[in-house]
Amino acid sequence: MNFDLIVLGGGPAGGNAALAAAEAGLSVVLFDEQPTAGGQVWRAPWPGFDAPGGSPERRDGDALRAALAASNVDLRFGRRVWSVGGNFRVDAVGPDGNESAEAPRLIAATGAHERVVPFPGWTLPGVIGLAAATVLLKSHGVVPGSPVVVAGCGPLLAGVAAGIVKAGGTVAAVVDLAGATDWIAAVPRLLSRPATFAQGVGWALKIAGARVPIHFRHAVRRVEGEDGAEAVVIGPVDAGGGNAAGPEIRYAISTLVVGHGLVPGAEIPRLFRADMRFDRRLGGHVPVLDAEGRTSVPGLYATGDGVGIRGAVAATDGGLLAGLAAAHDMKRLDAAAFAERAAPARRRLAGVAGFSDAMAAMMALRPAQASSVPPETVVCRCEDVTRREIEEAADSGATEVNQLKHFTRCGMGPCQGRMCGDVAAELLAQKLGVPREAVGQWTARPPLRPVPLADLLGRFDYSDIPIPKPAPL
Amino acid sequence: MTHVHDLAVVGGGVHGATAALFCARGGMDVALLDRGPLCREASGVNAGTLTMQMTRVALIPYAMKAHAMWASAPQWLGHDVGVVVCDGLSLAFTEQEAEILTFRAGKRREAGAPISIIDGKAAKRIEPGISDEVLIAGHCEVDGYANAYLTGLAYRNALLGAGVSLHENRRVDGVDVGDGGFTLSTPQGPLRARRLLLAGGVWIEPMLAWLGVSLPIKTLVNQLAVTERVAPVMRTVVGIASGLLSLKQYAHGTVVIGGGWQALGDRERGGVELVPERLVGNMRLACHAIPALAGARLARAWAGLEAETRDALPAAGPVPGVPDAYVCGSVHSGYTSGPYIARLLADRILGSEPEMPLFPIDRLLRPEAPEGTDA
Ligand SMILES: Cc1cc2nc3c(=O)[nH]c(=O)nc-3n(C[C@H](O)[C@H](O)[C@H](O)COP(=O)(O)OP(=O)(O)OC[C@H]3O[C@@H](n4cnc5c(N)ncnc54)[C@H](O)[C@@H]3O)c2cc1C
Ligand SMILES: Cc1cc2nc3c(=O)[nH]c(=O)nc-3n(C[C@H](O)[C@H](O)[C@H](O)COP(=O)(O)OP(=O)(O)OC[C@H]3O[C@@H](n4cnc5c(N)ncnc54)[C@H](O)[C@@H]3O)c2cc1C
Repeated sequence: MNFDLIVLGGGPAGGNAALAAAEAGLSVVLFDEQPTAGGQVWRAPWPGFDAPGGSPERRDGDALRAALAASNVDLRFGRRVWSVGGNFRVDAVGPDGNESAEAPRLIAATGAHERVVPFPGWTLPGVIGLAAATVLLKSHGVVPGSPVVVAGCGPLLAGVAAGIVKAGGTVAAVVDLAGATDWIAAVPRLLSRPATFAQGVGWALKIAGARVPIHFRHAVRRVEGEDGAEAVVIGPVDAGGGNAAGPEIRYAISTLVVGHGLVPGAEIPRLFRADMRFDRRLGGHVPVLDAEGRTSVPGLYATGDGVGIRGAVAATDGGLLAGLAAAHDMKRLDAAAFAERAAPARRRLAGVAGFSDAMAAMMALRPAQASSVPPETVVCRCEDVTRREIEEAADSGATEVNQLKHFTRCGMGPCQGRMCGDVAAELLAQKLGVPREAVGQWTARPPLRPVPLADLLGRFDYSDIPIPKPAPL
Repeated sequence: MTHVHDLAVVGGGVHGATAALFCARGGMDVALLDRGPLCREASGVNAGTLTMQMTRVALIPYAMKAHAMWASAPQWLGHDVGVVVCDGLSLAFTEQEAEILTFRAGKRREAGAPISIIDGKAAKRIEPGISDEVLIAGHCEVDGYANAYLTGLAYRNALLGAGVSLHENRRVDGVDVGDGGFTLSTPQGPLRARRLLLAGGVWIEPMLAWLGVSLPIKTLVNQLAVTERVAPVMRTVVGIASGLLSLKQYAHGTVVIGGGWQALGDRERGGVELVPERLVGNMRLACHAIPALAGARLARAWAGLEAETRDALPAAGPVPGVPDAYVCGSVHSGYTSGPYIARLLADRILGSEPEMPLFPIDRLLRPEAPEGTDA
């Protein structure tokens, strides 16, 4: 099937991109593996709010879902995109096997991946990601197994802790890498989004109401347990996020929820070898973009958390701009109309910039976090590669991440480095004593997500397989 | 004033690295230059199949020697590249394939590969994982595979151990001939040597052009794919009569699926894009051969560049008209045979007669004969 525009991802960024482009007259197809639009943040109610359907996220998500349903965007939910090729062709597996779509323009809005900086015991059952916990809370209203310790950094900490309390769970403690003063320092910028800041205050009060201890400037040292998490030991960190001297504290737990921010899921720009740059603040390697989301590859746009961790508000307007830009570039929107429709989004983006910066700073990986990972700790959990093995690979001559991968299998498993790639690259750069940029980026290849072969195969006869000419004898 | 090496090798794939290793062990002062890390092109991304059943007939005697070399890699290379020696099966599902297989296996047997034709039942005893629809199979006990991504690490250790001056991430941009030697220009400054070996994989064409020699090299862009770890589904190397499938399961459980299906790309840009229909075709063929494979998930696919000369035989020998310059590459199934052919060339560079003939490129430099008349 041919379209004017393919949008990958139906979160705030992709959803709004598709709507803006369709409204301007483009024929648009939208792919997402979720059953409905909304992406991560608008998937369902945010944790910690009483009235079901009453949270701002739910309202925003419902509005997006309704707008998409009313639009003429061809909605392909429940499709896992595994291949994206030139000119652009997208292949996805869904209920009817493999399907594809083609269009001269493509907007990549595939969101972010969670980052967990490893510590001993992080791969034990009972340890779950902070972002993953938001999904559990949204879909099931629970996080399995109380008592829970919630640890890591960034705004999701308080939200998840409050959500667990509200769902009737016991939060034994909240462990925040940031100091209370870091939050206070961020307040002026956070106030540029009063509604969102109020949410944060709401969570904090909720946690306080349940008398949950909050350990600022602390981090998880290790999780203990045989077959699953039984206790977590935390300890103080310095302003850089590295382990500091001071007493350790032990909590008996059933579950540890832990996360250290998000990494932009920029696989599609990388797949097309678009110009990229490393920006620690934005979460890692991000495509070089103009103000409307054009990458260096003609016809390829990227927006949302996949181009830098900026949050849902920035994703919404970034998506809108990219959708308008695609329409403008296809001459369906003249310069004046483009300028007029884009102006409000540009204004809003400028307005939330301070807030986005403050949030991003709290979630960015701090080098000292990586240097605190003990040598025997597994970094790549798919392939069981420890920090020591990563450093030995550097001693054996590995100078960039893809060579590290060949030497150790780090990043070769099902997650393809989505989980460990950022920390592994940081460790390699630190060991070599070079800037992070110097160790390069993991080469992106299909499939974008693992796909069952059975889904790819479809029904076929042996005689239908197109067999090219055999090699000479 | 500047140091003059006995030999400069340009290109650190399996050909250049092996030749450098044996020349250094033979007493030469060798420099090896690669524009990237060692073995990160074809030699580090290939399927690692060490099989006679995909090897060109003319290369079988070399491949047999090379197989023995790989099997004893810990002795001469000193480092493990995960070589497993096992049975290999080449399957035929249709009468037409059975005919091709019987003919091709016969030719390869005449050339020295111990391949026998067995029926479907016998094949199933050797490889319980194969489909019931196999009519006949070529069976060869001289088969197996390596873990190609370990090649760079293994050679790196071996080369340093042998005293080779290793220059990774040092691209060569051109060569000047004169003063009884060669001056290689690189962004990090010139490097001088008395002898020169060009071992640049698909890039031997532009490299030979530095010396004014025009040797057309076709670039094949091969697709490969790997599954997540799965419980054992097979224990042998499995291919099909046409040669367009190669399958094996590594000890850690992943299955590598290849067979030379073509991706998009070229010498300038590399293997830039996989072709989804061809991946699906390759997966269908794989699951047709090993049905239980359909339960696995595809984890990654990639593409690499393989060189082919006009007659699909190697370019391995002296460079005509340029004393002390050599070329080595474009060996079909070159991961299997590369180390042996490069070692033969190392013998020649060291001044002794190789135990089997090389493949001088003079034959390829004649003006192209009309199709079909080329001997
Ligand atoms: C697990 C997780 C939980 C999060 N929870 C929260 C939260 O509770 N609150 C908050 O403020 N922020 C949360 N975030 C951050 C949130 O992602 C952003 O703030 C915001 O949603 C960004 O919008 P987006 O449109 O760029 O990406 P997303 O909302 O992530 O949307 C991307 C969409 O692309 C789809 N997609 C990606 N790859 C493919 C593929 N190959 N095939 C098909 N579909 C694909 C995904 O299914 C997803 O629906 C979370 C992030 C993650 C990773
Ligand atoms: C995907 C794929 C699967 C394959 N599967 C098999 C298989 O299963 N079994 C088998 O036997 N064979 C297989 N082959 C073939 C085999 O991989 C190759 O024949 C062999 O690796 C070629 O080695 P080489 O040293 O000639 O080239 P390469 O490994 O390509 O090495 C050439 C080197 O030259 C360097 N170089 C290029 N230009 C410059 C420059 N200007 N300056 C310095 N350095 C330069 C490159 O960086 C590179 O490292 C496969 C090939 C591919 C691509």
